[in-house]
Amino acid sequence: MSTDTIVIVGTGQAGGWAAQTLRKEGHAGKVVLIGDEPHIPYERPPLSKAVLAGEATAESTYLVKREAFDALALDWRPSVRVTAIDRADRQLRLSAGEPIGYDKLILCNGGRARTLPVPGVDLPGIFTLRNIEDAKALGQVLLPGKRLVVVGGGWIGLEVAATARKKGLAVTVVEAMNRLCERTVPPEISAYLSRLHASHDTQVILGASVAAFARADDGTLRTKLNDGTELACDAVLIGIGLVPNDELARAAGLACDGGVLVDAQCRTSDADILAAGDVASWHCEWAGRRMRLESWQNAQEQGIAAARSALGIGVRYQPLPWFWSDQYETNLQIYGMPTPAHRVVARGAPDSDSFMLFYLDGNVVSAALGPNVARDLRFARRLIEQRKAIDPDRLADLRVPMSKL
Amino acid sequence: MSNLEWTDAAAVDDVPEDDVIGIVVAGRDLALYSAGGEIFATDNICTHGQARLCEGFLEGHEIECPLHQGRFDVRTGQPTCAPVTEAIRSYPVKVEGDRVFLAFA
Repeated sequence: MSTDTIVIVGTGQAGGWAAQTLRKEGHAGKVVLIGDEPHIPYERPPLSKAVLAGEATAESTYLVKREAFDALALDWRPSVRVTAIDRADRQLRLSAGEPIGYDKLILCNGGRARTLPVPGVDLPGIFTLRNIEDAKALGQVLLPGKRLVVVGGGWIGLEVAATARKKGLAVTVVEAMNRLCERTVPPEISAYLSRLHASHDTQVILGASVAAFARADDGTLRTKLNDGTELACDAVLIGIGLVPNDELARAAGLACDGGVLVDAQCRTSDADILAAGDVASWHCEWAGRRMRLESWQNAQEQGIAAARSALGIGVRYQPLPWFWSDQYETNLQIYGMPTPAHRVVARGAPDSDSFMLFYLDGNVVSAALGPNVARDLRFARRLIEQRKAIDPDRLADLRVPMSKL
Repeated sequence: MSNLEWTDAAAVDDVPEDDVIGIVVAGRDLALYSAGGEIFATDNICTHGQARLCEGFLEGHEIECPLHQGRFDVRTGQPTCAPVTEAIRSYPVKVEGDRVFLAFA
C-alpha cells in the first residue's frame, strides 16, 4: 500500500488537508496534487473579509507555510485541469502534460460560483467570489463613495456587504427569498441579520430578483429588478450559491446527484475513488438526509477522513456540523442542523445583540446557534455531543452558567 | 532551572481552576492556564488564525482556539488538533507562595 500513487484533484482546503494527512499517516508513496489554481492550498473564509478589505495578504490564507508545503514532497501540478477520469486504465487525462496513473483517487475539486442567467451578466464590474483572484479583482473596486449592489442575501453576500460598508461604499443587498440566509438559518437569525445590516445603513431588498444588468451612458451600471426598479451602481457582486464541480465524476460514470455521492468512508460508487469537501454529497445523520456541506469545517475534516480512508484506515465520517460567519463585529455560530420539527428554547432575548437558541428533540439539545456567544456555544456543543436530557428551564436561565449545565 | 530569570506574572488566585486567563507581562501577550491543579503558560495568539487563546476552551491539558477549534497541549505548546500545525511557545512556570513566576529566557 505504502508505495501506491494517490492522486488528489483540487488544491483547496479539502485537497490540502488530504495531502497533509497522507504524509502524517506515513504514506511514503507518490502523492500527486492537481488543481486549476496557481496557489498552494488555502482557506477561503478570509476572501470575503480581511483579504477582500486588503488587510491580509493572499499568502496569509495558506494552510501551511510554503516551506512546510514543500516538505510534504508532493508532485504538485498548479494551474492544471483534469479533463477526464479513465477508470478502466486508472488514469487521469490532464489539460497539460501526460496522463497520470492512480491507485487511489481523491476528488476535492469543490465547486464554482453560480451565475445569473440574465442579460448583461458578463459586463465589466460584475463579480463573483470564489478564489484569491476573484477577491483581488473585487477588492480593487471597493473604493470609498462607490455604490455596490450585492445579489444574494446569503453568507458570501452579507460578508461582502459588511466589508464594503466598512470600506465606505453604499451597499444594497437584493435577495430573492423573503428573508436573509433562508436556506441555512431559522427566522430569528434572519431577523437579527436584517437588523445588523440595517444598523449599518445597508439597504436590504427582499423578495426581489434581477431581470438584467446594463451599462448606462455615464459608464455606471444599472441593476434592473423584476418589478421595474433600477439600481444605479458602480459594481455588482453575485453571491447566489455554489455549483458543485461534479461533471468530471459524472462523465466517468460515478454516482452523482447534485454532488458526488460518498459513503461514511468517503468512498464514491468506485471504491478506489473517494471524494471530500464542497463537491461531496453524504448522508448527514444530524440532518437526517443526504447533503453537501459547504463549510470550512467540512472541507478540513472530510479531507482528512478521505485521506485516512484511502490508506485503509477505518473512518466513519459523521461530524457535528459547525458553521460560523463574521460580519462587522458580529460572530455568528451554528452547531448541528436546526429544523422546524425541533422545539426552540431561547437563552437571552432574540431581539438583542447576543443570544442563543437551542433546538431540542424532547429534552435533548440537538442544535444550537446564536450571535456573539461563541464561548457559551462551545459548552452547547458539549451538550449536543453528550445527548443528555436537560431541563429546558435551566437552558433558558441566564443565571445558570453554561459550564454548569 | 536555577539559572532562569523569573518574572512575577500573576497571583495564583487570578487563574480560576481548570480555566484560562490572558495577561500581559513584559510586553508579551500570554495565556495562563490552571489544569489539574498546576499552572502553565503559553503565548496567547494562536499560530493559525490570530485568535486569543485566553478566550478559548480548556479541556484537560488542551486549549482549544475559539476561532477554528485547533488545539494545543498547554504543557508543551505542541499542536494536537487541526487546523493548527505549528507549536505555540510555552514558558517555564514556578509558583512561590501565592505568586506565579514565568521565565522568558
